Amino acid sequence: MKLLVVITRVEDPEIKIKIQADGSSIHTDGMKYVVCPFAEIAVEEALRVRDANDGEVVVACIGPADATHQIRTALAMGVDRGIHIVGDGSVSPNVKAAALEKICAEEKPDMILLGKQSVDDDLGQLGILLAEKLGMSQATFASKEVSLEGEEEKKKQAALVVSDGRVEVIREVDGGIETLSTSLPCVVTTELRLNIPRYASLPGIMKAKKKPIATHPLADLAGGETNGINILGLEAPPSRAAGVKVPDVAALVDKLRNEAKVI
Amino acid sequence: MSNVLIIVEHTEGTPKKASLAGITFGQQLVAKNGGELHLAVIGHNITGVAEAVKCYGATKIHVVDNECFENYLAESYTTAALATAEASGAKFIAAGTTSTSKDFLPRVAARWGASMASDVLEVIDANKFKRPMWAGNVVATIELTSDNKVATARATEFDAPTTGGDSEICAVECSVDLESLKTKFVSFKAIKSERPDATAADVVVSGGRGLKEAQNYKLIEDLADKLGGGVGATRAICDAGWVPNDLQIGQTGKVVAPNLYFAIGISGAIQHLAGMKGSKTIVAINKDEEAPIFSVSDYGLVADLFEAVPELLGKL
Repeated sequence: MKLLVVITRVEDPEIKIKIQADGSSIHTDGMKYVVCPFAEIAVEEALRVRDANDGEVVVACIGPADATHQIRTALAMGVDRGIHIVGDGSVSPNVKAAALEKICAEEKPDMILLGKQSVDDDLGQLGILLAEKLGMSQATFASKEVSLEGEEEKKKQAALVVSDGRVEVIREVDGGIETLSTSLPCVVTTELRLNIPRYASLPGIMKAKKKPIATHPLADLAGGETNGINILGLEAPPSRAAGVKVPDVAALVDKLRNEAKVI
Repeated sequence: MSNVLIIVEHTEGTPKKASLAGITFGQQLVAKNGGELHLAVIGHNITGVAEAVKCYGATKIHVVDNECFENYLAESYTTAALATAEASGAKFIAAGTTSTSKDFLPRVAARWGASMASDVLEVIDANKFKRPMWAGNVVATIELTSDNKVATARATEFDAPTTGGDSEICAVECSVDLESLKTKFVSFKAIKSERPDATAADVVVSGGRGLKEAQNYKLIEDLADKLGGGVGATRAICDAGWVPNDLQIGQTGKVVAPNLYFAIGISGAIQHLAGMKGSKTIVAINKDEEAPIFSVSDYGLVADLFEAVPELLGKL
């Protein structure tokens, strides 16, 4: 089976985001970029599903020229080949979905995996838009019930089990766990609790250098599709003033009772 | 200005709290831009839900009541939502942010040729909204330029809707052949708790790595029970398997805004702060006086939690 994983190149979540004085964008000087942590989980799951079913994993990334680093990271984890859709600046999910629709028409994947959201725009729309455009079913927030410290994870077993052209997906939803069964091809978006992504091995990194990456200009694939969402400006969230330190539990209880009046 | 349609989700026959926040979002949109507010309720045997939201000044409540909508599926609910949009003459469909609205509203947007604003924090006008990016470290002002528009509204940023008026309830005929769908609902397993859910509770008590081991989470539960509150946890202790993942508060978990939030043994990673900064009063108990959590706390107590929490239990 063929699996397509859509990854994003994001600012390292460990680095504090700073906004330019005019609010037009964030500071990018000295910024480090990584594969979105949710997308890494999607890559890991795709590799496990491939290993359980035979086939190929292809990674696609929409981003500027140096997004090749993030594609190479996925190739080093074990992905077979890459597709780089080269585009700069803020690209809306509608435009990304239009470009990926073309890629999917060409590649005909059996399963498309993405992170449940990208940790830069935090929109969480791309996989679902793509599913609807392609007329595919979707299973978002794919997770598993068992602990990540359990046996299943140690054996690197795929949580997504494919049989008879269908896949059963455990979804993490408000108030509980839902199980869906869907026919292939389908779109799956991944939650944190699905797996622990592997690190690239040294041989993996060496092999990745020789794996092919096809490039397409974004405008060629998504020409005509309008952004639909414009970012007009960025600002820092309202900051909370730090409060007071209380010396002991008695003082805390007194403040909560008589000042904040919350207990 | 054309009409606004808010999808009202429900659980056990009552509207979800997040959906009431969604109605408030709709009231604000209509107040700023004109047009009528309409509500939609989708499901099976849901007359009670429609009755419960009659008092919020909507012109009509469009009810899709059919056995095929007993269980939620993105594919079928997209069809139902667009049927209610047609009936209401709406050009804007929105809902409070839940795992359900996050799942099917992008699908509605794609089928409807709309652009979508996810997790709106504030309504500026009919096209412009504020929403969080980079785990809430940035607030962006965005503009939707499509003719049809879709949004989810973050429940903690919108108060309960104002009451007034009596809405007309209208049935909308819509059904889907479940056999023809690619997806089949298999099961739903509710994670039952005696405690209120953290997103709906007045008081939330959360614990982190400072608890040292899983069994010490009982201190968090004891304090929550004493205050009639809900419990929460940091991503670190969920990942470690000390507590179920659905207790996670933060950017990758739940966003809560109770009246009173206790952060116990929590250092205050950015990702956790993104999930609780909106709380009215924040109390932090941590033995590290440099912990970032103190910079967002109203009351900080630098203390060993294993001494402070039992003492607190005794004094409440």
